[in-house]
Amino acid sequence: MAGTRGTDGTRGNDKPVPTRMEPPVGADSAPFWAATRESVLLVQWCTDCDRGIFYPRSFCPMCGSSGSGLEWRTASGRGTVYAATTENNPAATGVTFSNGEPYVVALVDLEEGVRMMTNVVGCPTDDVHVGMAVEVTWEPLTDGRQLPLFTPASGQGPAAGPAGGSK
Amino acid sequence: MPRVDRTLRGASAVVGIADDVSPTGELDRTGRALEVAMILEALDDAGLSLSDVDGVCHAESSMGLAEYLGIHPRFTDSTMTGGSSFEVHLEHAAAAIAAGVCDVVVSVYASTPRSDRTQKRPVTRRFPGGPNPMAEWEWPYGMRMPMGPYALAASRHMHQYGTTSAQLAQIAVSTREWAVRNPRARYQTPLTIDDVLASPMQSSPLHLLDCCLVTDGAGAFVLASAGRARSLRKPPVYVLGAATCHDHMMISQMPDLTVTPGTVSGANAMAMAGISPAEVDVLMGYDSFTITALLHLEDLGFCPKGEGGPFAADGKLGPGGSLPMNTNGGGLSFTHPGMYGMFLITEAVRQLRGEGEARQVPGAQMAVAHGSGMVLSCMSTAVLGTEATL
Repeated sequence: MAGTRGTDGTRGNDKPVPTRMEPPVGADSAPFWAATRESVLLVQWCTDCDRGIFYPRSFCPMCGSSGSGLEWRTASGRGTVYAATTENNPAATGVTFSNGEPYVVALVDLEEGVRMMTNVVGCPTDDVHVGMAVEVTWEPLTDGRQLPLFTPASGQGPAAGPAGGSK
Repeated sequence: MPRVDRTLRGASAVVGIADDVSPTGELDRTGRALEVAMILEALDDAGLSLSDVDGVCHAESSMGLAEYLGIHPRFTDSTMTGGSSFEVHLEHAAAAIAAGVCDVVVSVYASTPRSDRTQKRPVTRRFPGGPNPMAEWEWPYGMRMPMGPYALAASRHMHQYGTTSAQLAQIAVSTREWAVRNPRARYQTPLTIDDVLASPMQSSPLHLLDCCLVTDGAGAFVLASAGRARSLRKPPVYVLGAATCHDHMMISQMPDLTVTPGTVSGANAMAMAGISPAEVDVLMGYDSFTITALLHLEDLGFCPKGEGGPFAADGKLGPGGSLPMNTNGGGLSFTHPGMYGMFLITEAVRQLRGEGEARQVPGAQMAVAHGSGMVLSCMSTAVLGTEATL
């Protein structure tokens, strides 16, 4: 839900305060962000070369296909940590979402074969490692969209690897 | 085999250089005044004057610079690829000179981030124009810039190849050994691996001493046609090969965090020069972080992919070693004003002229200046050599 404003045009007291820089919506990514409101992770897909595209574009940078060749698919939400760093000096980045505690910035390879930056949350920072199986979780933004974060995979244990891809 | 184009080989030479740094990390001058001082000093080094200049390179606005200088160049280049901008300028200028577009080109850089802070000068932060996917796909996650992307690359290299923090630390240690011999370097006291490992962890796995400095610094070079170069004040340092490649802008789009586009720029520049890595006497490889330099060693072919850690571990990059690297003390210990690539060129030229003083590599004939821009994004490689290498 979007924050409300007072009748005099000033911010009401219930206006959510962002704890991180909230992402703009790019020219080609409106469907992605709309789906996040329903906790759905979409991946843009090229049906001509049968590959995922990230970040969303107006054409496929791998084969050049555009228009009808592009569609949106629901991702499994599962992935593998490709690279990870713990930011031990949050004051240097100016973020407040970690309450001053160290946090993990990672690149995650989704099962669909695309890679995205994220934070890995829900476990001690020292537990996060390259190759770790993770799954999507959602953090609300102030305008009703949600930001995809990742957390250690539940249930499947380490078996949820990078293989596969939804065809 | 693609045909190797040799049009640029030996067609131009660096004929003048200047740079200004201080062990305090701060300079008195700033902005255009500092840029002009560097240009005039580099021209004087060559025995040229401003009226000889018919090409201008600047990483923000070559038009603004030329207007300030009061010159009307017929070659202009405002390419901004981050720290590799000046290697790209060198390549473009060498091509323009080889094509007969111009005869004498200057490139200049001045940045004073340290004194801007201590003197509380107003600073405008500039971002490239156009759509900015970083704001949408990276900035929300709070990655520290520019450290975070390099930390991610290091984490991947460690996972994939078993590279250790101690091996990365050795690069900082060897680089400091050079800085100890450079009275203009910011840091001149010896360093140990334990010192690096004991320095505070920043973006893991990078320690504070895995990271470059933040200092004021400025420099300029003058490139002239080979014909012109031979009649000037100093021995010409010829451009034997030059090549560039970029494969991403933001780190989340880098195809493989353990392989930089230096594999392309390095191979192409060396093919143009007709040399192999074994023939390089001095390597100036952009060291924004220890991992950056390690990736250059692999991607330029000095060692196989994945073996940069063990390769560096025996100290061969330091004074007396088999591969002298970053002989001025590098971005890690000499200076790093933000876009360090200018100093790769000025130091390579000094070494090839025999002006290296206490850090001179004996008999150096061939040097590589390898710039890395943005976040391992744009690599640009220049192979430079003395008259004997033509």
